[in-house]
Amino acid sequence: MSPTKKSANPTSAAASPASLARRKFINSVAAAAGGGCLLALGAGLLARQASALPAQAIRPPGALAEDDFLAACVRCGLCVRDCPYDTLKLSDLGDPVATGTPYFTARDIPCEMCEDIPCVKACPTGALDRELTDITQARMGLAALVDQENCLNFLGLRCDVCYRVCPVIDKAITLELRHNPRSDRHALLLPTVHSDACTGCGKCEKSCVLPEPAIKIFPRKLAQGALPAHYRKGWEEKARQGESLIGEQIKLPVRGFEGTTAGRSATETVVAPATPAAPIVPDAPVPAPGKAGTLDSRWKP
Amino acid sequence: MSTPSSQSAQRSWFARQRWLLLRRASQLTILALFLAGPWFGVWVLKGNLSASLILDTVPLTDPLLALQTMVAGHWPHVTALTGAAIVLVFYLLVGGRVFCSWVCPVNMVTDAAAWSRRKLGIKTGRVPDSATRYWLLGAMLLATAVTGVLVWEWVNPVSLLHRALIFGLWGSLLAIAGIFAYDLLIASRGWCGHLCPVGAFYRLLGRSALIRVSAAQRSACDDCMDCFTVCPEPQVIRPALKQAGQTHPLILSGDCTNCGRCIDVCDRHVFKMTHRFDQRSA
Repeated sequence: MSPTKKSANPTSAAASPASLARRKFINSVAAAAGGGCLLALGAGLLARQASALPAQAIRPPGALAEDDFLAACVRCGLCVRDCPYDTLKLSDLGDPVATGTPYFTARDIPCEMCEDIPCVKACPTGALDRELTDITQARMGLAALVDQENCLNFLGLRCDVCYRVCPVIDKAITLELRHNPRSDRHALLLPTVHSDACTGCGKCEKSCVLPEPAIKIFPRKLAQGALPAHYRKGWEEKARQGESLIGEQIKLPVRGFEGTTAGRSATETVVAPATPAAPIVPDAPVPAPGKAGTLDSRWKP
Repeated sequence: MSTPSSQSAQRSWFARQRWLLLRRASQLTILALFLAGPWFGVWVLKGNLSASLILDTVPLTDPLLALQTMVAGHWPHVTALTGAAIVLVFYLLVGGRVFCSWVCPVNMVTDAAAWSRRKLGIKTGRVPDSATRYWLLGAMLLATAVTGVLVWEWVNPVSLLHRALIFGLWGSLLAIAGIFAYDLLIASRGWCGHLCPVGAFYRLLGRSALIRVSAAQRSACDDCMDCFTVCPEPQVIRPALKQAGQTHPLILSGDCTNCGRCIDVCDRHVFKMTHRFDQRSA
């Protein structure tokens, strides 16, 4: 078969030089198209793989959502140049952040939240949104107190450093007073981040006194959950409507927790189910008479 | 280039490198202006070749990058659009691929590779079809539209090298070493002349360029082939020099980078830099 084919090819080519030229043209176009598409496919795959932002890389203030940012940022570094604190840097090839895009690492140099936001003004494409004119409205990331086992305030000390350095003190980070069940006579003042005020500047992570910070900044997508869109909070609806949306509910006494509110908000009420349930049996053992004042709620930080 | 010619003794070394030295001066001056800011606090040019500011007032943007952001679904802020318009008009006038030979830092790498290839007498490898760059440009824009992110900017050697030099991101130099090795060992003038989609884009701007090289003294040509050897896009010379398909001596192909290297190496003064309406020939 193959000798026949071999002899047939030159004959037909010699018969019509145009077909040889055509074949050569088709071959070269196919090779060029194939090569071009392969290279672009490779770049595309690399881009997809690299488009997941690692947890410790925080975008500058005003940065669009990550997908939009990677469409808009031309990687010119003008924001880096105009950052007066050398907070921002461009990622190198091989870094886990998309090549050439700006980011900062809060533990190294946090954002100082300049009032005139020079990085946003420097951006020529609007990848850093110029709608952002009030730096306290920036949402670079979200602080999260990730390590409650090692945070000194959770251990009962008064460190408070993250709270004190917060540029949005008492709004983005508050100290929440809690009973200390370990000593049972002291308070815990727990640093608590509020997502509606935290800009993600990273000063708390930078200044955490531990060798490895207990409070860290993450991109908001990583740090924050979300309720289903149809969920309504009963107490909010009640405040809005002036009365409960589901009418008056039977109030049953709370058994087993008299005298202490440890682990529970004092304002919380227990709502009985619509159908009468079996009588509630306290599962906590009845405290020994001598230890009446030291009820162990078993709640630990 | 190295072929001795009867008149070569009459031309000094400097005369034989004039346009090359001018080009290197242009490339290095642009780098120096970008580096004067971070090194000495003199901010003439701020940013990089993707987008920059002259003296904190005039914006410049790579029009291909502005196009990519639009294809990716983002309408750039007016600053970037103004910058892209300025750059676009400039290269429409002087010739798109003037960017390749007078500005782009990769040119120094691929010129070095081509020079080494000539000196070492390397003839191996396989050169891809020079149309590959247009397919790559098209495929790159398509991939940008499909993924919605600037795909090309992950790997673009032009911006990688420039960022490496301006911002000290040395990891990018790996890709540049790859391009040098490719041009040296696999394909002569492979990257800039056959693959680079940035060059392909600027070539499309080159059709109406006012500044062009002319083989005005083509009657003096002694067929020494020096210009063909040194030219990064040798196919552009023949129509002008040998009147193949045209009568005037102007090199009008958008592939021509206006590098002037043919003017340097020609001992018979065949070529000169002129404007596109200068159709005189001897």
